[in-house]
Order: sequence, then C-alpha cells, then structure tokens
Amino acid sequence: MANKKNYGMVIDTRVCVGCSACVYACKSENAVPEGYCRDWVVQETKGNFPKLTMENRSERCQHCENAPCVTYCPTRASHYAEDGTVQINRSLCTGCKACLAACPYDARYIHPDGFADKCSLCHHRIEQGLKTACVSVCPTGSLHLVDFNDPDEEAQKLMAGRIVYRQKEHAGTGPSLFWISASNKPGA
Amino acid sequence: MDHWQNFSRRDFIKISSLFLAGSAAMSSSAGQAFSGLGQSGSDENSDRIVYSFCEHCFWRCGIAAHVRDGKVYKIVGSEHHPLSQGKLCPRGTGGIGLLYDPDRLQHPLIRETKGGKQYYRKASWDEATGMVAEKLYGIHEKYGPGAIAMLHHGFGVSFFKQMFSQIGVNKFAKPSYDLCCGPARQASVLTYGYPSGTPEGFDIKNSKYMIFFGTHFGENMHNTAVQEISEGIRRGAKIAVFDPRFSTIAGKAEHWLPIKPGTDIAMMQGLMHVLISENLYDRSFVQHHTVGFGELWDSVRKMTPEKVAEITEIPADAIRTVAREFAFNAPAAFVHSGRRTNWYGDALQRIRAIHILNALVGNFKMPGGVVNFDKFVLKKPKTAHAHPPYEKSVYSRYPFFPDDEPSNTIASHEIVQQAISGEIKALMIYGVNLPETMTLGRETAIEALRKVDFMVAVDVLPAEVTGYADVVLPECTYLERYDALDAGRNFRTPFVALRQPAVPPMYESKPGNQIAKMITDKWGMHGVFPASVEAGLDKTLKMTGSSLEEIKKTGVIVRPETDLYRKPGVALNLKTPSGKIELASSRLRAAGFDAVPRYTPQPEAPAGFYRMLTGRKPMLTFGRTANNRFLGDVATAKENEVWVNTETAAKHDLNNDEYVHLKNQAGVVSEFPVKVKVTQRIRPDAVFMVHGFGHTAAKMTWAYKRGASHNQLISRTDIDPAMGSVGFQNNFVTFIKEA
Ligand code: SF4
Ligand code: SF4
Ligand code: SF4
Repeated sequence: MANKKNYGMVIDTRVCVGCSACVYACKSENAVPEGYCRDWVVQETKGNFPKLTMENRSERCQHCENAPCVTYCPTRASHYAEDGTVQINRSLCTGCKACLAACPYDARYIHPDGFADKCSLCHHRIEQGLKTACVSVCPTGSLHLVDFNDPDEEAQKLMAGRIVYRQKEHAGTGPSLFWISASNKPGA
Repeated sequence: MDHWQNFSRRDFIKISSLFLAGSAAMSSSAGQAFSGLGQSGSDENSDRIVYSFCEHCFWRCGIAAHVRDGKVYKIVGSEHHPLSQGKLCPRGTGGIGLLYDPDRLQHPLIRETKGGKQYYRKASWDEATGMVAEKLYGIHEKYGPGAIAMLHHGFGVSFFKQMFSQIGVNKFAKPSYDLCCGPARQASVLTYGYPSGTPEGFDIKNSKYMIFFGTHFGENMHNTAVQEISEGIRRGAKIAVFDPRFSTIAGKAEHWLPIKPGTDIAMMQGLMHVLISENLYDRSFVQHHTVGFGELWDSVRKMTPEKVAEITEIPADAIRTVAREFAFNAPAAFVHSGRRTNWYGDALQRIRAIHILNALVGNFKMPGGVVNFDKFVLKKPKTAHAHPPYEKSVYSRYPFFPDDEPSNTIASHEIVQQAISGEIKALMIYGVNLPETMTLGRETAIEALRKVDFMVAVDVLPAEVTGYADVVLPECTYLERYDALDAGRNFRTPFVALRQPAVPPMYESKPGNQIAKMITDKWGMHGVFPASVEAGLDKTLKMTGSSLEEIKKTGVIVRPETDLYRKPGVALNLKTPSGKIELASSRLRAAGFDAVPRYTPQPEAPAGFYRMLTGRKPMLTFGRTANNRFLGDVATAKENEVWVNTETAAKHDLNNDEYVHLKNQAGVVSEFPVKVKVTQRIRPDAVFMVHGFGHTAAKMTWAYKRGASHNQLISRTDIDPAMGSVGFQNNFVTFIKEA
C-alpha cells in the first residue's frame, strides 16, 4: 500500500534539557502506574573537568522494524501494527517476560496488572490525528513524531547535513528513533 | 499581663493525624453543588477541558485541565496562552500531584494548650476565622497597624491584601524579592528606570549570542524562556556560560567557563575592559543614550584580562574571546540577568554590571538584545470601600527597596527581625514555608515564629510553618478556585489570564477569596469584596470589553504583538534621573554607594570546607513541590545529592552514591544524610545541592527526611546594603562520613 504509515521519531538532543516533562506527560496520558515509566531521560556527560560535553536524551521503545520482542513473544501479544509501530495485545499477554529479556533497549516493564507494557507511540492519539503526549508537551521541541514513509519537511530539514545516529544498529533491530547528536556545532 | 504572651513559648506541633483523618476519600465533596466549572456541559461523565493557569512557579503558564468523572486526570499546556503555547514543564503536568496529595490540610485547626501540652484541634471555619479576626483586630487596636505583617508567596494573596487594607495594614513582604529576583528588579530600575519583569526582558529567540552567569536554564524550567533558548539553538545561536558547575545550559554552550565563585563582578569588569580598550563597544549609542562612561572606564581601566584571570581563574584569552564574540554578534547579543540573583552582599551591583555590559554593546531595545515587554493594561472597577490611610508606603530601611510595589513594602528578613524584636506582634503567613525559606536561616525564622503573639498560616499542606501557627486555615489548591485576573506578566503579546476551578474544593478547604471575606465580615466590614468572586471578575472583564463567560472559553485574552525595538535617532526618555541609561548611577552615588560596580573579594573557605552552591531540579520548585508524589516518582527527583568534584571526593575518601552528613563553618550538621554525587561537573572548591529537600515535618509524608536541607546549613547571610536582598553563598560545608 502506497499510503501505509511508518511512524517513528526524530529526537533533537541539541535542545533537550533533560527536564523530564516528556516522562510526566506520558505518565498522566497513559496512566502509567507509580514506580514505572514508558519513557525516561538519559543525561550523558563525557570528558574531564573542565573539558566536558553533555547529551540529554528522552528514550523510549524504538519501535523496531525487526523487533526481538515480537520474535520472542510466545503468544503473539507483541506484534507489529499497521502504522509501523510495535504494540502489545494485553489480552494475549501472559506476563512471561520473554520480551523484556529480548529487548536490547530495556524499554519494557511488567505492569502491576500482569502484562508487559511500554511506549505505544501513543497509538490512541495518533489515531485521532494528534501528536504523542511527550511530543506535545516538550518545551524545547526536541521530540518529533515522523512518518518515515512520508517524512515532513521539518523532519527532513532537521536531519539534513547533521550528525544523526540510531542506537545499537548493529543488533539488526532497525530502530525507528533517530537521534540528532548534541555534538553538532551551533548553526550546523 | 498580656495573656497572648502564652504564645511566645510556643512549641512546634506536628499536625496530628488524629484531626486529619476526619474525611477520608479524595472525592468527599464530589456531590457538592458547585457553579462555574469550565465552559461546557454539566454531564458528569464526559470530559471537560478547563483553561486556567499554573501555580507551580511564578511563570504562571496557561494550562488545560482535563476532567473526567469529577477528577482532574491530566493537565497539559494551554495552546491559547502565550507563555505556554501548548507546552508545559514537568511541574505544570504535576498539578495533579498537589491536588490529590493525601497529606493536604483538610480542616481549619486551632492550637490549644491543656495540662502544659500543646495540640491542634479541628475547628469550624466560623470559629477559626472568628478567632483570626478577633486576634488581628485586638493587636491592631492595641499596637496599631504596624504591629501586623504578612509574608506571602503565590498568586492567591490578593484577597488578603484587600482584607488587610481595611484596617490600614500594608506591611507585606514577598520573600522572593530578597531571596531571588529583587537585585535584578532594582538594578533595572537604577540603570534603565523601570523594574525587570517576568519573563525577563531579553529577546531570546532573536539572539545570536547569549551569555549566562550561573543562571540554570533547563534546570530552571521557565517555560517560555526555555522554549526561546531552544529556538535560538536551532537557529544557530551561540552560548557562553560562566558557572562553577557544568550546568545543563553549560552543556549547550560553545564556552563553559568554570569561574571561581564570588568573582563575577571582576569578570564583568574584565569584559568591559576588553570592550572599551579594544574599541568594540557601540560608541555612538554610549554617547547618545548613556551617562557615566568616563567614570566607568576609570573603574575598569586596571581590570585587564590578565588581572581578571588571576581573580576568576579563567584564562585571559578566554575573557577576550567572549568579549569579542559578544561585541561581534551585538546588538543581537545579551548578558542575561538571571532569575535568582541574591548570591552575595553585592547582588545589586553584580546585576548592574550585567546591564552595563549590555548597554556598552548598544543592545537596548534591539532585536536579540535587551527589551521591555509590555503588560496588558487592565482597567479595574473603583473599590466601593475606601480604606484607612496607611502609615507609610514603604517600611524597609534599605534605600533602594522598591517604592512602587504595594505587595512588597518591606524585606522578609526585616519582618523576621521585627518579629524577634517585638515590633511585630501578629503575622499572617500565606504560602511561605518560613523555616525552610532562606530568610536569615532556619533558626532565626523559627525564633521569629515562636516570638510573635499570634500567627495564622494559610496553606495547602502541613508544611513546617503550619506547626508554629495558632490558627491554620486550609486553602484549596489553584485547581479548585478562582483568583484575581493575571495581567502581571510582561510578554511579546500582552495578555490577561483567568484562573478558574477545574473541580470543587476537596475536604473542607476553601479558596482565599472566601477566607478573606469571612474575616472582613467578622470585622463587620461588609461589601469589601464583590457579592461573589465571579461577579467581581465579570465586572472587571466587562470594562475590557470581555466577560467572564467569554474568557472561560480559552482562559486568556491576548493582544497583538507589540513593537519592542527602538528607532534610530529617537531619545530613550527613560525614567532615570538623566533620562538615559545610567552606567554610573547618580542615585547610588547620592546615597553614598559606588556609582559603578566594583569587585570586592568574598571570604575564602576554611581549610577542608567547600563553598555551598545551590539551584534547582527541573521537575521541582522547592517547597511548592516537595511533597508531590507524582513529581517525586522519577529516579532523578526523589532526593537531592551533594555534587562533589572527583578530586575533592578522593581527598575526603568519598564514593559515588555514599551517604554523608554535611557540616557547615558554624558547626551546624545536616539533620539527614545526603547522597554524594562524585562528578567532573563542578569545580574542586565548591559543592552544589538542590534547595528544598530534607523536610522535618512528619506529616509531609513524602517529603519527610528526603535528602538534606540546604536551608539548615545557612548560618551566614550577607544583606545587600542598597536594596536588602539576602546573599547566602558565603556558607561552606565539609563532609562527615557515616560511621
Ligand atoms: S520534555 Fe523535551 S526537553 Fe524535557 S527531557 Fe523530554 S525531550 Fe528533553
Ligand atoms: S509516545 Fe506516548 S507512550 Fe510513548 S513515550 Fe511518548 S507519551 Fe509515552
Ligand atoms: S514554568 Fe512550569 S511550573 Fe512554572 S508556571 Fe509554567 S508549567 Fe507551571
């Protein structure tokens, strides 16, 4: 199908301040239980005083094209949705944790009600034509929801000519999160 | 003998769960009749969106509270409000954590003494407000209005100011003035002739070069400022940060300059020296629009980069580079004045130096430079009720305390001292957790609270301060009430915003507007307030051509963008004595202060001690959010850490994540241990800890004993002699390892 969607994210770490607004917005949007989260923030500092660099990253499920969680799920609860995201069918999930062990990004947790849970890329919001909760809230505009089958101009511009990477590409997972590195120079 | 003296030996009472357990469920008042819930339907089960504004910090962003089944289930940024533009910081989202905080004050409480023991008993609103009315009036009759004062923090206070006006009381202090933004406010008055506002007057999004001195954007989540800085970064703006700590904004900077703490003014003088000696400043602007250039040059002539390098421990080349880049990018370049500016006893002069740097490059009212945003001019109905004349309009003894801010007529530390000396006999404390607020340190604050004859606390949570009150009045949260209209923000698009309730008040809590009215009614003064808060808001809004009904739909009325920039050849006509920007301040000189900023060294740390620096976590606002479980439920929010440089940690044999007690130069040891963060991100001679942790009030069940209190370790304060702010960065700590 020509107009099939393939959603993921472009995340601009140059502007992210690690405030965690995305984490809290997700928690209230998706009623994530106390003590858990679907997204989290990594603040990575490198170097020695006073020559330091920093990158802030809002991380979550990478909605892999070749997702180990789907491969290893014995009940087919974890599956690919039409729009290119990876979803969990709660009624099929037995909470066996095979997917938790398989995920190279540590994106999943077992919900206190007994099923595996993770970022859904706010499936319910995308369906209504809305951005995800974390994208909507971010004060820095670090997060961009992108349909990689038809990337908008803004996303293309953001990525063009910049250092962009994906995490653990060598694992062959085909992650759908693209990171604009904080090491890009101002103006680059 | 005055029987109120019984209260002078008042003990701290842990507000007892006995009285708080009265009404159990969060939804106890769900069935209550309630008017004015948002714009749409009465159907209890459908989602409603209520537009209002946040109270988790002074920025007051627009929010959209989503309500279902009588509960607020999420709060997002209002797309209509210019300061949020659909976005929120974590604290904005975290309003639900305050609303549904299980520790909230539920009933009015009155202190009793029986058999030598003090305790609180639950009281009715009628009895509690009756007692407050009677005591305040009694003290007013006996000692005059100057014996009563109010410390306040938060937007809901307007009704209490109105209440107090009826008995001629106007001795009010906003601790945020002397503990935070006062120096920036007054430095702007002295230099430009107008106070700085919120958001601060910088054209961030159009700037090409931004210099920050220890202001922690990104950790300070001032929503619109962070949005605009990000916009600047995307457009390729460069950032230079002077900070002893590698802050988040330093992590975005082209240049991080780990300056020796306490030497900022020397650095600013060094930058001025380069700008002037290398002829990089805007000569024509300085000639036409400023006064005091000669005196300024005389004062910085000897501050060569080499000399400044010795003082600040920043290489001379780096000083030259920053000055040159600043001038190169000007006028689309600025040095930001920051928000919390009360670091040392020379806070006013430090911010003056920042504005002098700005003036030198001619960025005043230029795109990307210093600007003066407008406010929405709100016509207000004439108050039907005249109040008795005030004794004075300013009570502070500091010559450059504001004389144009009726809600802030005296410094909060002056109130604390007057309470200790006995000049003030009664205190109302609105939303200020005094023992954990940095006014002269914890011990002094507690002494003041113990000393006064009568103290009433209006609060949402059983914070430490409520334990010293004679009467505790539980206010409902900002999500459960109307307040005055907010026309007090300065922004590109002037606006007025509405605070309206998303849900009715829980428990027996009440909005400030009703509490204040109950007290004036008890005084027999009727008609001070409009018949209902809604009627009052509607009347005011109609004078602006809108109505309550209208503004409820979006929570805001927004005016078009104003022109911020100056026109060539036009005089500035500022409200300074010279009408120009005062590089040398004639007012300061006339009052016997330095007319131009001068660097004076701060005391050095005793051997084995480290200067204690402070700041914020992005998801917390000190006391406002300390007990917020929703916000606390992320690993990085749970406690504060003490940041220690790797080298320093090795010297003291400290390991990452180990818990230590801190001891300050006066021998005060932190009540609770704090986790050590061993890091490259701070100079070896300083440590850093976030303020607002280490609570001692057991009824704040989340905040209690979480991390260590920065406030407790303040034993020395340095008050700015010109404008009265309280600096506290001359406190030093060392580590006590757990046995
Ligand atoms: S909300 Fe935005 S800036 Fe804040 S941590 Fe998340 S991605 Fe980063
Ligand atoms: S896309 Fe939705 S579910 Fe995923 S992290 Fe963002 S808010 Fe959470
Ligand atoms: S910046 Fe955050 S806490 Fe402050 S008013 Fe805005 S949303 Fe609320």
